Amino acid sequence: MAIWVNEDTRLLVQGITGKEGTFHALGCRDYGTQVVAGVTPGKGGQEVEGIPVFDSVTEARAETGANASMIFVPPPFAADAVMEAADAGIELVVCITEGIPVADMLKVKEFLQDHPTRLIGPNCPGVISPGKAKIGIMPGHIHKPGRVGVISRSGTLTYEAVWQLTNLGLGQTTCVGIGGDPVNGTSFIDVLAAFKDDPETEAVILIGEIGGTAEEQAAAWVEENFDRPVVGFIAGRTAPPGRRMGHAGAIVSGGKGTAKDKMEALQAHGVHVVESPAVMGETVREALGG
Amino acid sequence: MKIHEYQAKEILRRYGVATPKGEITDDPDRAAEICRDFGGRCVVKAQIHAGGRGKGGGVKLADSPDDARAKADAILGMQLVTHQTGPEGQKVQKVLIEEALDIARELYLSITLDRAAGKPMILASTEGGMDIEKVAAETPDAIVRRHIDPHLGILPFETRTVVRGLRLGGGIAKQAGKLVTALTKAFLDMDASLVEINPLLVTGEGDVVALDAKMNFDDNALFRHKDVQEMRDLAEEDPREVAASKHGLNYIKLDGDIGCMVNGAGLAMATMDIIKLYGGAPANFLDVGGSASQEAVKNAFQILVEDPSVRAVLINIFGGIARTDRIARGVVGAIEELGDIGMPVVVRLEGTNVEEGRRVLQEADFDFQVAQHMADAAEKVVAAARGNAKGGS
Repeated sequence: MAIWVNEDTRLLVQGITGKEGTFHALGCRDYGTQVVAGVTPGKGGQEVEGIPVFDSVTEARAETGANASMIFVPPPFAADAVMEAADAGIELVVCITEGIPVADMLKVKEFLQDHPTRLIGPNCPGVISPGKAKIGIMPGHIHKPGRVGVISRSGTLTYEAVWQLTNLGLGQTTCVGIGGDPVNGTSFIDVLAAFKDDPETEAVILIGEIGGTAEEQAAAWVEENFDRPVVGFIAGRTAPPGRRMGHAGAIVSGGKGTAKDKMEALQAHGVHVVESPAVMGETVREALGG
Repeated sequence: MKIHEYQAKEILRRYGVATPKGEITDDPDRAAEICRDFGGRCVVKAQIHAGGRGKGGGVKLADSPDDARAKADAILGMQLVTHQTGPEGQKVQKVLIEEALDIARELYLSITLDRAAGKPMILASTEGGMDIEKVAAETPDAIVRRHIDPHLGILPFETRTVVRGLRLGGGIAKQAGKLVTALTKAFLDMDASLVEINPLLVTGEGDVVALDAKMNFDDNALFRHKDVQEMRDLAEEDPREVAASKHGLNYIKLDGDIGCMVNGAGLAMATMDIIKLYGGAPANFLDVGGSASQEAVKNAFQILVEDPSVRAVLINIFGGIARTDRIARGVVGAIEELGDIGMPVVVRLEGTNVEEGRRVLQEADFDFQVAQHMADAAEKVVAAARGNAKGGS
């Protein structure tokens, strides 16, 4: 099994006619994802390498039965794209776009309260269920179908964890990049809850970073609700306070959101915390009993 | 993005927030004139992007125009050190000269984003002029918190709750309510990430005035606020950070001696952390972007080797969509172009086509230390930095 993304995923790509949109739509298709449609307002009727392009998500869904969307729309218009997808009844929306204003995301959050749509991201690498399908920009071939779920606020650091799992032969069930922005659609807890219902996910790697308190909340949830091993790493122990470390959400402010606090919280709630990002995979192997 | 106090007050005045009369200058003689216009008493306030200016000696009361001139002269050009500037301080380029007001009460008011709730939150406290984190820790009852609906803005009854929390009544409460409403509107309209008035003053005459003002903005929303973009003061930023941002690189100066170049923000932070774990100290955070193109790598190198505190460089790249052999060629090309950089370079490549990538590095004219994994890289670069007497401070 896997969560959210699988052989039945029928993907449409919003912003498919842009350079990035085209490149990664084809990347997903090459990996085996059914990419059934693209949407770019004003370019309906065109085709991108055999993928039909529509003017609106509603139209694209009606014509192709798309049930998931991947968004590459530029930041000023990305929030609108998410809401359009939700309005059209798309179940899963993965927003790759980096640089969406916080105020726009607050509107999106509120809009989504009245819709059953799950938003992942923004500012994320996407979701992959190895061997089944991928929605995102991650390199598919470093993944391997397997036993471990991965949740992360980062991109390349997730690849690092994935690569360690692949080399150890553990593989992954599903990897979810929840994104590096302060306000996002899917939380650590949402992903953990989905992994809980997936019997094939035997352990989870949780990769957090400085800023906010999402990791602390996840830690408490794990202790109450999740009986499989969770290995945690928090990036940014050496980050200076008050500075934004690349990701919009990665900032220690007013003494809150430090890596130390997060690591302590994870530890206190029974998560296997690693100090070195080089041993995430190894620690999962040990937790699973070699 | 951060702006100066005088700029924040400019914005807030547009929304109807009362501030003391004031004028910005970099000239002590002009400071004296402004002081005279304000009746011979004024406050001279250093304008830098950091809090704690008063404690650091950057805010002085002057009781005559001559005194204002002398104090402005002393503050202008000084390296002002506060708990937010770091030990080297920040050079003061401008002072704000403001009328001196009678203080009856000092309060606190701010709006920030509450990430967990996904809503802006207003914070008000009767304990103004103090560090709000300290107030929160010591006297939590002195703080009122209230979430704001970003679409509705602040509602009249919510405003009244905040004002009651500040223990204000009568005409003063009315004024304070207007100010709270105006501040909220400014926060929402301007895509601010922080608005902080500390202290919010009740004067002897019963006026409610923003004595200090701080505004930070959501970088992602600057595209729709040209006026805010124009307020950016490059003199307040590290010159290397400014140069990096021009190349689209994400760079933050730190105080160690190991220059880091990494693709991706999370991996860049993790790389700094593992250097520390192995006993070294990172000289910077640097994200060259997911694809790590030759151009980006070259520009990044330039910034790292120009930093006099860097003794060794660690390049940590996870090649995903971008193949590592191509990235390796980019690194080699960049080094060839830059010539002798005079310091050891440890490279750790992982991901797509990694064998080929490592071969490219090993066959290059430059003597790269090729690491097999992240821990190996950290160990190697810490040793390399210790062994390099050249550079360093």
